[in-house]
Formats: sequence, C-alpha cells, structure tokens
Amino acid sequence: MKLKYPLEVNPGTTITNKTGGWRTQKPIVDHEICIGCDVCRKVCPEGVCFPTGEKNSKGRIFYDRDLDFCKGCGLCAKECPVSAIRMENDFK
Amino acid sequence: MILNKLEYRIKNTEYRIMKLDNSKQFLEGSHAVAEIIKLIKPAVVAAYPITPQTHIVEDLAKMKASGEGGFEYINTESEFAAASLLLGASATGVRTYTATCSQGLLLMTEVLFNIAGMRLPVVITCANRAVSAPINIWNDQQDAVTIRDAGWLMLYGETNQEIIDLHLLAYKLAETLRLPVMVNMDGFVLTHTYEPVLMPGQEQINKFLPPYKPAIGTYLDVKNPVTLGSLATPDSYMEIRKQLAQDIYLSSDLIKKYHTDFKKVFGRSIGDNGLVEEYKTKDAEVILVAMGSVCGTIKDAIDEMRERKQKVGLLKIISFRPFADEEVIKHLAKAKYIAVVDKSISLGSEGVLATEIKRAAYNQTKAKIQSFIVGLGGRDVTKEMIEQIIFDIKKDKTNKMHFISCTD
Repeated sequence: MKLKYPLEVNPGTTITNKTGGWRTQKPIVDHEICIGCDVCRKVCPEGVCFPTGEKNSKGRIFYDRDLDFCKGCGLCAKECPVSAIRMENDFK
Repeated sequence: MILNKLEYRIKNTEYRIMKLDNSKQFLEGSHAVAEIIKLIKPAVVAAYPITPQTHIVEDLAKMKASGEGGFEYINTESEFAAASLLLGASATGVRTYTATCSQGLLLMTEVLFNIAGMRLPVVITCANRAVSAPINIWNDQQDAVTIRDAGWLMLYGETNQEIIDLHLLAYKLAETLRLPVMVNMDGFVLTHTYEPVLMPGQEQINKFLPPYKPAIGTYLDVKNPVTLGSLATPDSYMEIRKQLAQDIYLSSDLIKKYHTDFKKVFGRSIGDNGLVEEYKTKDAEVILVAMGSVCGTIKDAIDEMRERKQKVGLLKIISFRPFADEEVIKHLAKAKYIAVVDKSISLGSEGVLATEIKRAAYNQTKAKIQSFIVGLGGRDVTKEMIEQIIFDIKKDKTNKMHFISCTD
C-alpha cells in the first residue's frame, strides 16, 4: 500500500524537510548596519546564517539567514556586536 | 484398562486425523494458535510469558526447539522489550508475531502506538484477561479495550476456529494495509479449551497469504537506506495522523473483500463478512450486542428464549477496530431494545462497546440502548444472566449501566 504521506525519510533530505515551522520570532538583519564580522554564523545552532556575497553601501559583504530552517532562538540578535539583527514576531 | 483403551483410541484417531490435510483436529485453543502461526511462518517471534497467554508461546518455543518452527524465537525480559524487538524486526521487512495480555499488553502500550504510527504489520494475539488491581488472572476484555486508541485493528473471535481464521485474515490485512492487527481471544474460555478445529493446509495458506514482501524503500535495508520513525513537525504530523485514522476506518471495506477471498480459499466464513455476525436479529425486539466467546452463551440463551416465543437476537462484533458503523446499524435499526453486553468497563463512564454502539446509532434508531457489564475478572456468564439482561432492559425505566450477577 502506497501512503500519500510517506513515513520513510530518504538520505539527503534534510534540505527538503523544512524545520522553521515552530518559530515564534524571526531575526531581521539590517544590511546597512551589518559589518560582516561572521559572529552570527558562528553562534547559529542551526547553521542558517550566511554571507550573502552582496556588498552594502559601505562595501561590506552583509549576512542574512535562511528562514526555512531558522527556529528563531535569537542567539544571532543577542551576539551581534553592532546590533544589526532584531527579533520580530513571526505571523502566519 | 478402560482408560488405556480409550486413550489409545483417541491417540490413534488423532494421529490419523493429523495426517490428513484439512481435517478437524481436537486442539487446545492456545495450541491451535501456535499451529497456525507455525504455518503462517513469521521470521521473528519474541515473547514474555503471562497467564493465560503462556501456552501459545510455550508451544511456539517447543516448535522452535524441535526444529518444526522456522522462526527466530527470542525470550525477552519484559513485554515492553518483546514489542520493541518486534518493532525493530518488522522494520527490517519481515513477518513478526507475539502474544500477550493484561499487564503485559499495558506494558507494551507505548510501543503499540509506535508500531501503529510507523505502519508496521505486526500481529499480536491478546489472550484477554482482567487488569490489576486487585490482581486477577481470569478472563475479561479490559486489557484490549484499554488500548483501543493505539491505531491497531482489533478483531474478536468467538470460537477457536474463528481465532485461527482471524489470524490468517489478520496477517493479510496487516501486510496489505501496513497496519498492526490484534487478534483477541478470551483467556481460558478459549485459550485453555479444547475444541475441534479445521486446521488449514500449507498450500491453502500460501494461496491466501503469500510470503511477505514489502515494497523496496519502506523497510530498513542497507542497499536502500531510509530513516523510519523520524520527527514530524506541526507542519506534517496532523496529516500523517489523519492518514492513519482514515486508513483504519476504511479498512472495513478491505476486511469484507479479504473475507470473500478467505471464503473462496478455505470454504468457510468468519461471521457474516469478517466484521459482524447477526444471529436471529431480523424480527428481534431485543438485540444483544457483544464480542468474543460470550456470544456462544448468548446464542444458546437466545435459542431457549425463542422457544418461548421471545423475539431476541444477537449482533456479534468481530471487528471492534475498525468499527463498521453501517454494518452494525443495518442490523440494529429495527429493534426496540439494544442491550450491549461488555466484559470491560470505562471507569467513570460505562461499557466501552455500549458507548461505541450509542455513537454509531446516533440519529439512526429510536431504540433504547443500555450498557450491561458481565463477567469481569472471569465471573462465569450464564444463560440465566442473559435472560436477566433481557428482563432488565425492558423493565428499567432509566438508561443507567447495569452490573449483571454482581452481589451488591
């Protein structure tokens, strides 16, 4: 019998199975303030903070986060040395 | 001397009969179950002994020891371990079996939910027994009804013949639907009783129940790696549970279908259609509803009452999960009184089957539906008690639950 919602999870599917659903707050990154120091990437327990590769007006490569997997723990916002990240309620 | 002669005759007759395929044998209920399991050929049997299930697993252990049983037999340290072991074994894509009851079944509870949630086709025989405290090893059906919400198909047999037939149906359903099935047989009343049973031959069984081959990618296999029993977030859990609920509910159609196949292969039926069995309900004023071995007593009582021109009938529930609402209502619709006979009780409410009948009958009948509790902890259920129920339901103006043959 084939199940409409299969219960077996195949290898390499961590990327396709999104885990951001239980977040209550999401981090908003102000790209202009971001100095690209890499602290948010280091502290993120989910590994979802990443350098975007784009430069802001000050010539810094700014960071962002992947909301498909961000669980909204707020560590990045807490640790950001220039307070470029703030947490906002995530409405559905 | 006379005894010896008699023994000799019985032994010889038995021997001759056993040589013949497809003939009746005089077997103890537990032994009949062990025999049918041997023929069904599970790959793994894991069990922990508990009265009154003991003879089933003892016989299977003997079969293993003598080389008759081709399965792995694993003695576990508890029922929780036995169920966990079967969960793992079943996840590797093989046929599995265990038997338990009462405290043992309750100890398995957490694993039972997991087995159902993981859609593993494990089959369990539950030798229905009362639940402690007070400790009591005798028959009622409290153990099985307590875990009715675990996601298992639950089938109840009246006779040992029905029990072995239900095991065949159970494996067929389990492996097609990817759902676990529990076959319930009343402890002692069936497990320890010798009855003539028609043991199907291996060829017939192979025809009805071919070897279990799950689809690739649905079981643990190093060549096709998958994760089973993984996390489901709020985004997906509800859909998965709804899928389970619907598959169980819709399985009643499949029970009917496989029952037809069963009849073709084995030439006998399990009740009317594998779901229910009606007994003289067509013109009945009072219909009793019950499940398990007590139906035999009720049928005898009905025959006697019919001789006295009392219009009484019985609806036997074989499939408690799924609960076949339409099949049940079809037989109950014309009755004036519906007496539901339970060998279990939902404490603080009433008989579990009674609640179920009331739910199914909502807006479908104007009959008086009342709950009657009998035979808890192995108290004998007699024909007089059945007549008492018929008397009570007509006389009692209220709708309250009755305990039958309870001194207080």
